Amino acid sequence: MTAISPTEQAATRATSIVAAEAQARARLRKRHALVIGLRLAILVVFLGLWELCADYNIIDPFFFSSPSGIWEQIWSWVTEGTSQGPLWLQIYVTLEETFLGFAIGAVGGIVAGIILGRNKLLADVFSIYIKIANSVPRVVLGSVFIIALGLGMASKVALAVVMVFFVVFANAFQGVREADRAMIANAQILGASPMQITRSVIIPSAMSWILASLHVSFGFALVGAVVGEFLGAKQGMGLLISTAQGAFNANGVFAAMIILAVMALVVEFLITRFENYVVKWRPAPFNEQGT
Amino acid sequence: MQSQTMAAEKLSPAAAPADAAIAIDDVTLRFVTPDGHMMTAIRDFTMTVARGEFACVVGPTGCGKSTTLNLVTGLLRPTTGSVRVMGNRVTDISRDIGFVFQADALFPWRSVIDNVAAGPLFRGTPKAQAYEKARDWIGRVGLSRFEKHYPHQLSGGMRKRVALAQTFINQPKILLMDEPFSALDMQTRTAMQDELLGLWSGLKSSVVFVTHDLEEAVALADKVYVLTAGPGTVKSVYRIDLPRPRVMADIRYDPKFIEIAKVIWNDLREEVQLGQSRGLQTGH
Repeated sequence: MTAISPTEQAATRATSIVAAEAQARARLRKRHALVIGLRLAILVVFLGLWELCADYNIIDPFFFSSPSGIWEQIWSWVTEGTSQGPLWLQIYVTLEETFLGFAIGAVGGIVAGIILGRNKLLADVFSIYIKIANSVPRVVLGSVFIIALGLGMASKVALAVVMVFFVVFANAFQGVREADRAMIANAQILGASPMQITRSVIIPSAMSWILASLHVSFGFALVGAVVGEFLGAKQGMGLLISTAQGAFNANGVFAAMIILAVMALVVEFLITRFENYVVKWRPAPFNEQGT
Repeated sequence: MQSQTMAAEKLSPAAAPADAAIAIDDVTLRFVTPDGHMMTAIRDFTMTVARGEFACVVGPTGCGKSTTLNLVTGLLRPTTGSVRVMGNRVTDISRDIGFVFQADALFPWRSVIDNVAAGPLFRGTPKAQAYEKARDWIGRVGLSRFEKHYPHQLSGGMRKRVALAQTFINQPKILLMDEPFSALDMQTRTAMQDELLGLWSGLKSSVVFVTHDLEEAVALADKVYVLTAGPGTVKSVYRIDLPRPRVMADIRYDPKFIEIAKVIWNDLREEVQLGQSRGLQTGH
């Protein structure tokens, strides 16, 4: 047995720490690869089974389509255009309606939520009407808007607005109400006017609530626009679906559905980016999802 | 009752001198609870704080200690009696007042420097000047390296330092503190008490410091108000004649300090017991 000098010990300890860290990193990478691999495997198995079942007529591709059929449909839409014009135009029209409705509904909801949240009397008076308006099945309003505003863009935007407004309003209102009393009193004593309190205390503290509602409500805006097109339109993804449905074209319905899903995912990603930018003061969440 | 040589001289609540910084005169405050009952928070409450004086308020839980502070800010109005700050009747939140809260009242979406600059910015100081002042005050509480940090990245003691800088930057003539250090651990609290006395000696504000910790009150104050169990009123007032500057870590072993604390504790004890037995009855 030989004695080990302290410096030597420290050196071996240092190398063992480096080795352990490298090992831990390798383990993390491996796990990440495993998760991605499993996700891909599930997708491949699902699509493969669907395709096989359709090929061997276990399910009827006429009703339930098949991955290859959907792909062919999307490809023909991309290369040859749809029956109502080029595909990108349909996407553009639907997106435009969705964004307009989303923006108007969200801004309206935020403004109304903050005003009513800050004013007890207005809140007490209007809460009953908002409850009533909120309990009306909003999709039905689509018919009203089409009668009143015609087959153009306005009726779809209006439907998207009412879909978005109530969700954002409810969250903004709640966010304003949840603003910390001590924080408001602090601002007041530091010298803030009511307007300054609204701007620098109320709105930032309601922000997490508002942003949470934006995630959900963009989906609602898309539903509003598509349902509006369903009910009557000259352009758009909703019309594409309703035409495909009328022609018993299952491939077309699925293909439009997938295009809509991709649109929603892209926008959802952008909203998350925006959220992280706006609320960068928040403590980091436990774990960023590794996608 | 006590000899004149004692450091804790018991005072009789006299009429306020004209130049008092804070004069609460025979105030009673009643609330109507949401179920329609009348609740008395404090009754026949009289308190004066001279300019530059450090007054502590101790009392059992729920005796209306914090209520007295809110009377001075103007967030609460007395039912009867009058509250004067710097000789003027309190009508609105005065620009002379600074308030340090028990809970964390920093703005979590603002960095340290933005938090400290908030007061001057609210009051219309030009941006460059406000930030220059903020930087100075952050330096005085020893947080210069943390200017760009957000509150959630700081420890509890550091957040309290930011809160002190945020309040002191307005150079308040009246400083109100509502159990500001009660959530801190022992060592941090001692450090913060020293910090507070250091900042206060530079500014000579008149302070009302509410606490449930009698030793903290005796260590910090010129004058200690003991309140009765709710509805609170002043039971007795003690003048604390310990020399300044005081060092918090040492003062608690000073025989004079121990003597004073004992005297006041004897006074406070029955109120605490009364408050607790009532609490058990009503389930609070």
